[in-house]
Amino acid sequence: MPPLLGNRFEDGFVVTSLDSAINWARESSLWPMTFGLACCAIEMMAVGGPRYDIDRFGAGAFRATPRQADLMVVAGTVNLKMAERVRRLYNQMPDPKFVIAMGACTCGGGPYYKYGYNVVKGVDLVVPVDVYVPGCPPRPEALLEGLMRVQDKIRTMKTIAKEPTADPLLVPTRTGRVQLPDEYGTPEKTLEAQKAQKEQAKPAKA
Amino acid sequence: MTSADVHALLLQQFPGTVSAGEPTTVEVVALVEVCRFLRDDPRLRFDLLNNISGVDYLETDAKKVAKAGFEPHLEVVYHLSSVAFPGRRFTLKVILPRWKDGVTGELPEVPTVSHLWRTADWHEREVYDLVGIRFTGHPDPRRILMADDWVGHPLRKDFEYPLEYHDIRCR
Repeated sequence: MPPLLGNRFEDGFVVTSLDSAINWARESSLWPMTFGLACCAIEMMAVGGPRYDIDRFGAGAFRATPRQADLMVVAGTVNLKMAERVRRLYNQMPDPKFVIAMGACTCGGGPYYKYGYNVVKGVDLVVPVDVYVPGCPPRPEALLEGLMRVQDKIRTMKTIAKEPTADPLLVPTRTGRVQLPDEYGTPEKTLEAQKAQKEQAKPAKA
Repeated sequence: MTSADVHALLLQQFPGTVSAGEPTTVEVVALVEVCRFLRDDPRLRFDLLNNISGVDYLETDAKKVAKAGFEPHLEVVYHLSSVAFPGRRFTLKVILPRWKDGVTGELPEVPTVSHLWRTADWHEREVYDLVGIRFTGHPDPRRILMADDWVGHPLRKDFEYPLEYHDIRCR
């Protein structure tokens, strides 16, 4: 949301563009479709539960029908027999619709890539995928991250405005960086630390 | 009664159709009779069929064919056990050619035992689906795991992955 015009209006009065308001509503009430196909579904259920709680991001209303859903989390191995059904369910979802490919199998075949005679080598061969969440299975946090990436995508959508967005945001904006410990802060420091480690690992002289 | 005893009993009952040595191998023509005997004979009472497996013996690597130690063939393996005599187990095998009469594409045939053990119904469908062995007299000879319009039997060693299935790239 663009910054509110501070103190110019009385309390509770908000100024925004219609697009922002629509996107805000849309991103805050993504209804996912219950689409657990394999073991990733267990992780998806954990995300729906109180510990990870996808409801915090407005995406907790798992629907049992594609007609009420606008987010498809393909959680688990898609085999060729299922692929047709996946495509059919995707076509039944109302626009705008989004797809998260959850897990290694849906991203690209996973462990079944080489010898799986019956597994689709990535669900993107069947339906267009918006966000890939790798992992086998991904942590619940990873799925939440994927959901946030979908929300980022929604935030750039333009329903009313004709002009293209100033910054088509596709770069993850909320990704936490891995914070390295201080001795690995710079390449030089890293080399020194590794040397010290090797010294330490040498067997003590008898 | 150990499986050696069962084998001896079968040799005595069905001379000529049961192999001399273990593992017990039966001619295709005598399979149903042997199975019925194994199930109904009061000394044996193998009233539980645990599993039916299909095995494809084929060395696809030309360099290893000489060392493989077998001719290309298929086997159907029946694992039996007994509820009446707990702990008693028996394994029965049928050896088949990879293709019926040597014609590629013609599936070899085995008589069904699904009228003896109801379990055999789905197991035989699975063997048909994945290994490609036709069970004659089966009440419902459809594929069980793969799609109905699937071509080929994926657990055959010479199975070729399709390039495309219903507009979905397969490899």
